[in-house]
Amino acid sequence: MTREVLAIEELTVTLGTRRGAARAVAGVDWSVAAGQTFALVGESGSGKSMSVLAATGLAPRTARVTGRVRLLGEELTAVSPQRRRRLRGRHVGFVFQDPMTSLNPVLTVGRQVAEGCEEHLGMTRRQARDRAVELLDLVGIPSPAQRVDAYPHQFSGGMRQRAVIAMALACEPDLLIADEPTTALDVTTQAQIVELVADLQRRLGTAVVWITHDLGVVAGVADTVAVMYGGRIVEQGPVDAVFAAPGHPYTRALLAARPDPAHAGGDLPAIDGSPPNPLDLPAGCAFWPRCPVRGDARCADELPPLTEVAPGHRVRTFYPAREAR
Amino acid sequence: MSRREPGGTPARVQPAPDTGAEPVGPGGGDGGLRRALAALWRDPPAVAGTVVLLLLVVVGVAGSWLAPAGVNDVDVDRMLQPPSGEHPFGTDELGRDVLSRVLVAARVSLQVGLVSVGIALAVGVTVGLLAGYYRGWADAVLMRAMDVLFAFPVLLLAVAIVAVLGPGLLTAMVAIGVVYTPIFARVTRAGVLSVREQVFVRAAISIGASDLRIMRRHVLPNIAAPLIVQTSLSLAFAILSEAALSFLGLGVQPPAPAWGRMLYDGRGFVTDAWWLGFFPGAAIFLTVLAFNLVGDALRDVLDPRQLTVSEARRSTS
Amino acid sequence: MTGGDATTGGVRPGATTPHQPTGAAVPGPPAGAAESVAELDDLRVWFPARGGPPVRAVDGVSLTVRRGETLGLVGESGSGKSTTGLALLRLVDPTGGTIRVAGEDVTGWSRRRLRALRRRVAMVFQDPQASLDPRLTVGASIAEPLIVHGLVDSAPARRRRVAELLDLVGLRAELAGRHPHELSGGQRQRVGIARALAGEPDLIVLDEPIASLDLSVQAQIMNLLRRLQRELTLTYLFIAHDLAAVEHMSDRVAVMYLGRIVETGTPAQLYREPAHPYTAALLSAIPVADPAVERHRRRIILGGDVPSPADPPSGCRFRTRCPQARPDCAEQDPVPVEVGPGHLAACRYVGEAVPAMRADPPVPRPAEPGPHPAGT
Repeated sequence: MTREVLAIEELTVTLGTRRGAARAVAGVDWSVAAGQTFALVGESGSGKSMSVLAATGLAPRTARVTGRVRLLGEELTAVSPQRRRRLRGRHVGFVFQDPMTSLNPVLTVGRQVAEGCEEHLGMTRRQARDRAVELLDLVGIPSPAQRVDAYPHQFSGGMRQRAVIAMALACEPDLLIADEPTTALDVTTQAQIVELVADLQRRLGTAVVWITHDLGVVAGVADTVAVMYGGRIVEQGPVDAVFAAPGHPYTRALLAARPDPAHAGGDLPAIDGSPPNPLDLPAGCAFWPRCPVRGDARCADELPPLTEVAPGHRVRTFYPAREAR
Repeated sequence: MSRREPGGTPARVQPAPDTGAEPVGPGGGDGGLRRALAALWRDPPAVAGTVVLLLLVVVGVAGSWLAPAGVNDVDVDRMLQPPSGEHPFGTDELGRDVLSRVLVAARVSLQVGLVSVGIALAVGVTVGLLAGYYRGWADAVLMRAMDVLFAFPVLLLAVAIVAVLGPGLLTAMVAIGVVYTPIFARVTRAGVLSVREQVFVRAAISIGASDLRIMRRHVLPNIAAPLIVQTSLSLAFAILSEAALSFLGLGVQPPAPAWGRMLYDGRGFVTDAWWLGFFPGAAIFLTVLAFNLVGDALRDVLDPRQLTVSEARRSTS
Repeated sequence: MTGGDATTGGVRPGATTPHQPTGAAVPGPPAGAAESVAELDDLRVWFPARGGPPVRAVDGVSLTVRRGETLGLVGESGSGKSTTGLALLRLVDPTGGTIRVAGEDVTGWSRRRLRALRRRVAMVFQDPQASLDPRLTVGASIAEPLIVHGLVDSAPARRRRVAELLDLVGLRAELAGRHPHELSGGQRQRVGIARALAGEPDLIVLDEPIASLDLSVQAQIMNLLRRLQRELTLTYLFIAHDLAAVEHMSDRVAVMYLGRIVETGTPAQLYREPAHPYTAALLSAIPVADPAVERHRRRIILGGDVPSPADPPSGCRFRTRCPQARPDCAEQDPVPVEVGPGHLAACRYVGEAVPAMRADPPVPRPAEPGPHPAGT
C-alpha cells in the first residue's frame, strides 16, 4: 500500500524568458505512494504545475531542469529520452484543465481512448476499441458502445473530462496526474469528477497527484498536501494536520481569505499585493513582502528552511506559530 | 499556474501599502509610437529598409537636381555605353544617362505607390470596417462587390481600366488603387470581425460609446498592425504593378522615365547592354525589399506587448 | 409575494401558455422599503440557433434590484445568469418581457437612448485583461465614459477625475499612463471597477468579477467592492458561479437554473434552509476547506448534465437531474412558493424534497489509512 510511485528530489526548473531567467521551481521534494493522493496547491505562477510537468519530462523546451525524479524506482533523469517517454506513456496518465483542448476534435473519442492501448499494451485495433468501450463505461459515460464513435464536440464539458480520464486510465497507469481537472467545470460537475477519481483510485489503487488552486478540493481529495508559493514548497504534510494547524503565514492567510458562508458579512482578511514575479524573487522568503506576520530582516535576506513542526508536517518559515500582527 | 505561466505578466513585489495597491511591472507606458520606433531601431534589417526608403524619398523629391544629366538629353555619339566614371549606370540606345533616368523615375514610382495605395487604403478600410462592424446586408453587398473586383487577375483589371480611361500616370494610379482596394477591404474586415468579438468592444458598448467612436478608438487601432503591414507590402506591389503597366506601355508614357518602362526598353539589349535593364530592375528590387523589411518589422513592433523585433521573433519561434 | 412590483409567479396558472413565467420571482420591497433601481419582469432572451429551435438562455425571469443592495445571481454555466446581466444594459435584445431601470421601461429604447441607459447601468466583466483595450492607457480607458457622456469637458479636469477614480479603487494616480499589460490581474480589475464608477451609475452589474483572479487577490477585490458600496451607496447585481462568494457579497440571492430563477432569499435562508433541490445540491457540491468536514459530509451528487437550453425539459426544468423528481414534475411548471419571509422556491414538493434528499443515507469516503508524509 505504501509502495512509492513517484518521488521528486531537489527539483529545480529555470525557464528562459525574454526578460531573463525565471526560477519557476526551486528545490522541491515530495513523493506519492500507490493508492494515495498528493495535492499540490498554489496560485498561478507558484510552480505547482511546472514542477510536475518537469518531473515527467513535459516541461517546455526553454526550461532547464535539475534534480532527481524516480518513477517506480527507476531514475528518470538517468534514462534515455526514449525510455522516459515509454515509461511515461505506460505508467502515467494525465488529465488537464481544459477537456476541450485535451481532445483532438477530428478524431472520435473512442479512437483517442484506444490509442494508448494500441501504443503501449500492443492491442489490436479491435481489442483496443472494445477496451475503449469498457473504459468509457468505467468513467460513467452512458451507453458507451454508441458514444465510442462520437466526436468530442458531441460531448458536454463534464462528459469530455470523463473521456479524458478514460484516456488517462487506458494503460492502467500507476500514477494519475490531474492538473486542475475541475477548474473549467461547474461545481456540480466538479463534484461528479472528484467522486469519480476517488472511486477509480479505490478500485485501481492508482497514485494521484492532484494540482489545484482550490483548497476545498484539496480538503476533499488529498491524503498529503504541499502548498507552493514562488516556486517553493512553503508547507507540506498530512492534509488534516495542514488544515487543522496551518503553520505557514501564507497557508493561514489563504484559508482565512476564503469567504465562509457560516460567517458572512464583514471584510475578508485579504492578502495584500500580488503573487511574486518568478523573474524577480526575493532572496529570502518569497512571501515576506505580503506577509501579515512580517518578521524581520532575516525573512528578507535568508531563506527559511523546511522545519518539521509535527510528524510529517513541515513548514518553511522562521515563525511557524506567530499570529498576524 | 493554470492561468499565468511564470514569465508571463510580471509583477515586482514590494511591501504593499494597506490600500491594497499592487505592485507594477517594469516598463513605463509613455508614447507607444515612440517606443515602437525605438524598438524598430534595434532591428538591423528594419534599419536597412528604413535607410533605403529614406534615400528613395530624398531621390523622389530631389531626383531632378541630383541627376547629373537631363533625362532626355539625347547624345547620339555616346549610345549604349557601359557604366563608366562619366556615366556610372551607362547610357541607353539614345545616349541618355541611365543614372539620371533611374533617379528621376524614383519620383514616379513613389508617387504611383503612395497615391494608388492611398486610394486603396481609404476605400478598402472604409468598406471593410462597415462590412465587418455591421455585418448583415451591408456586409453582403460590399464584400460581394469586392469579391467581383478580386476575381479579376490584377493586371487584366488594370489593363481594362487603362483601356477605358486611356494610358497615363493618373490612370495607372487609379487602376492600381482599384486593384488593391479589395485586399484592404478583406484585411480590414477580417480584423474587425475578430476585434468586434473581443470583450473590450463589448465593454465599450456597455459604457454607451457610439459606433463611430468604437470603430475609431477601439477597432481601428487594434487592426492597425495588419493594415500597416498590408500597406507596406502593397506599396511594394503597387510599384511593381506600375512597372508592369509601364512595361506593357500602359503607364507612364515615353519619353518620361519610369523604371518599368526602362526595363521594357532594355529587354532587347539584355545580351549587349545589361545595364539598361539591370539598374532600373535593381531599383525596383531594392524598393520592394525595403518596403517589405519595414512592413515586417512594423508588424512585430506595433504590438504594445512586444518590446523589440528580435525579442518578438524569438518568442514566436 | 410580498411586494407589488414582482408580478410573476403564483398569480398565474401553470403550463397553459407557452411562455408563462415561472421560477421564483425575487420579491419586491415591502411597503415603504427602498426604491427599486432595476426590475425585470418575465424577461425572455432567446438566441436563434441555426437549424434548430432557439436557445432559451433566459426564459421567464423576474427580479427587482433595490437601491443600495447587492443582489447575488448564482448559477452554473448555461443558467442564463450572465445573459440576464447583459439584458439590464440591453447588451442583448429581449425576446419578451420588460426591463425597467430607475422606473423607466427601457425595453423598447432606441440605440441612441440606450447609450444614456448605459451610463445608469455599468458593468464589470469577468476577465479584466480582455475587457480593457490593450492599446489604450489605463487613464484613457477610465476617462472614456466621461467623454462619451460629456461628463467632464476639459482635459485637465478629466485627468483629475481619473486620478480621483484611481485613488478610489486603491491605485496610484501614476498608473493612468500605463497599459493594461503592465498591470497585475488584481490591478486590472481595479481599473475595470474605476471605469464602471466613472459615470456614477445607479446600478453596477458585476459579471463574475473575481472568477479569473488569483485566490489571494479575490478577497482584496471583494473587500474593495464592499467598501465602495458603503462609501458611495452603490447598487450591485453580483453574478457568479461561486456560491460562497455570492453569499458573502449579497443581501439577497437568486439561484438560476436553465434560464429560470428557482429560489430566492437571503444568504442565511439559502445557506441554512435551501428549499429547492437544486440549491441544496449546489450547496452540497461546494467543497469545504476542511478535510474532516469533507470526509463525512452528505454530498448530493447530481446525475448527468444540464439539459440543452434549446430543448428544456417539460414542467420543472430541474426534474431530469433532481434526485427527488416525481412523475408529475414533468407535467406542470412549478410556481414559486413562499417558504419564509422573502424566501421563495419554485418546486412542487418544496417542503418534502430537500429533507428527503438530506435523509438519504450519506456516502462518506471511507477513511484512508493513516497519513503518509511525503518525502523521506
